[in-house]
Amino acid sequence: MSFFQDVINIVAKYYPQLLSGVGNTMLIALTGTVAGLAIGLLTGIVRTAPFSRNGFVRVLHRILNAVIAVYVEVFRGTPMMVQAMVIYWGYAFASGGSTLPLIPSGMLIVSVNTGAYMAEIVRGGIISIDKGQFEGAMSIGMTHSQTMFQVIIPQVMRNILPSVSNEFVINIKDTSVLNVIGVTELYYFAGIIKRQSFETFQTYLVVCALYFVLTFTVTRLLRLAERRLDGNDSYVIFGSQSDSAAEIHIKTAREG
Amino acid sequence: MGEKVLELVHLQKQFGDHTVLRDIHLSVEKGEVLSIIGASGSGKSTMLRCINLLETPTSGQVLYRGQDVTARDMDLSHYRAKVGMVFQSFNLFNNMTALQNCVAGQMSVLRRSRAEAEKIAMEYLGRVGMTPYIHARPAQLSGGQKQRVAIARALAMEPEVLLFDEPTSALDPQMVGEVLDVMRSLAGDGLTMIVVTHEMAFARDVSTNVVFMADGVICEEGRPKDIFENPQDPKTREFLSRFLVG
Repeated sequence: MSFFQDVINIVAKYYPQLLSGVGNTMLIALTGTVAGLAIGLLTGIVRTAPFSRNGFVRVLHRILNAVIAVYVEVFRGTPMMVQAMVIYWGYAFASGGSTLPLIPSGMLIVSVNTGAYMAEIVRGGIISIDKGQFEGAMSIGMTHSQTMFQVIIPQVMRNILPSVSNEFVINIKDTSVLNVIGVTELYYFAGIIKRQSFETFQTYLVVCALYFVLTFTVTRLLRLAERRLDGNDSYVIFGSQSDSAAEIHIKTAREG
Repeated sequence: MGEKVLELVHLQKQFGDHTVLRDIHLSVEKGEVLSIIGASGSGKSTMLRCINLLETPTSGQVLYRGQDVTARDMDLSHYRAKVGMVFQSFNLFNNMTALQNCVAGQMSVLRRSRAEAEKIAMEYLGRVGMTPYIHARPAQLSGGQKQRVAIARALAMEPEVLLFDEPTSALDPQMVGEVLDVMRSLAGDGLTMIVVTHEMAFARDVSTNVVFMADGVICEEGRPKDIFENPQDPKTREFLSRFLVG
């Protein structure tokens, strides 16, 4: 039974490091996902916006679209581990030796990387919305931006939530590559613990379990969020005379 | 007769090499209920969509009270609020309840307060008989109910003209009636309406004028009685014979 004892000992002895690693991993993954989603929404809105009648604005828009296209291709087409090295040491090179603080560097790298994927997820989400939704809004005089913010984006957010959840899970796992620049996330601490305890398998087994608990919790929570966004299946008949406890609920009646 | 509200002058629409509308002339007066009939692909819907510029005409003019709305400096938002539209596929906002659907445009386009917008929305939702369902989302409504909410949404903007693009074509026969009843009552109230429709009985009994289109041109235009009982153009005659309206 000494194997299980080893595992328990690792947890008992190194839990402050493990917790700190979990904390940093989650912090970087969460900010990276949220900031990445913000980048995705911004680029998605720009790329799907109709070209202005104004010539100058139109040219600016085209340039912006080209910049976004290059950004998406470059950051999707290279490994995040390499991006981390290039950005971190690139800054050190350019600034003549000073380096960025590690945790914020990690956040920046994950955000920019996730943003490239989110850009495509959001764009896909926007173009998959039925054209009728745009036309319905236009027909009552809404401008393109009013249409986007009141009608389209709320529907896009619901539709892309599974993909966002996917990105979040990927980020939790992929923050592990940030150990190459020395970010103190979970995998980085695993290396330290292994070197101190000399129990490599046991250490990584513990870390493996921790990663799974994190990703599993996140996917469950986001599923819950999806269900909340879907709202109630029933609705209250307006003007029913009975008290609220006896209000009539009508089940969803989809047309056949 | 009355004052001219809308006028199409030399209207032309091409999709690539394909000419969908050729040299259309049409004028609509206040209080007129104009039905546009014709076979599928004859350009009826495209013409209607050109009126509120959901399609941009290739050439020609769309005049609203004498003003060319295809002009570059035209305030389209303001114009579209004046010329509402009801679609074949309803196009209700899926993320909003029936009430919110009728409120959103009033608040953001007409700058009405929420309280005022809700009051007006309730009035028109009541008008189309949808008061009990104001908290339902589109997915929870039947086709006919959706279309009635869509009509209320358009009416809540208090437009001068309402365009209907085959409003009953996506409905099963049971639901067609409830939508036509609402339209009939609006026509009775003197709302200016342009209706693209396959409902020949509606065109004959409710409208004040009928336009028959084929191959992107207006073949015949006149009072419903004349068009249905004594069509002049052979294409009109052939089209109507298939509907067996007696």
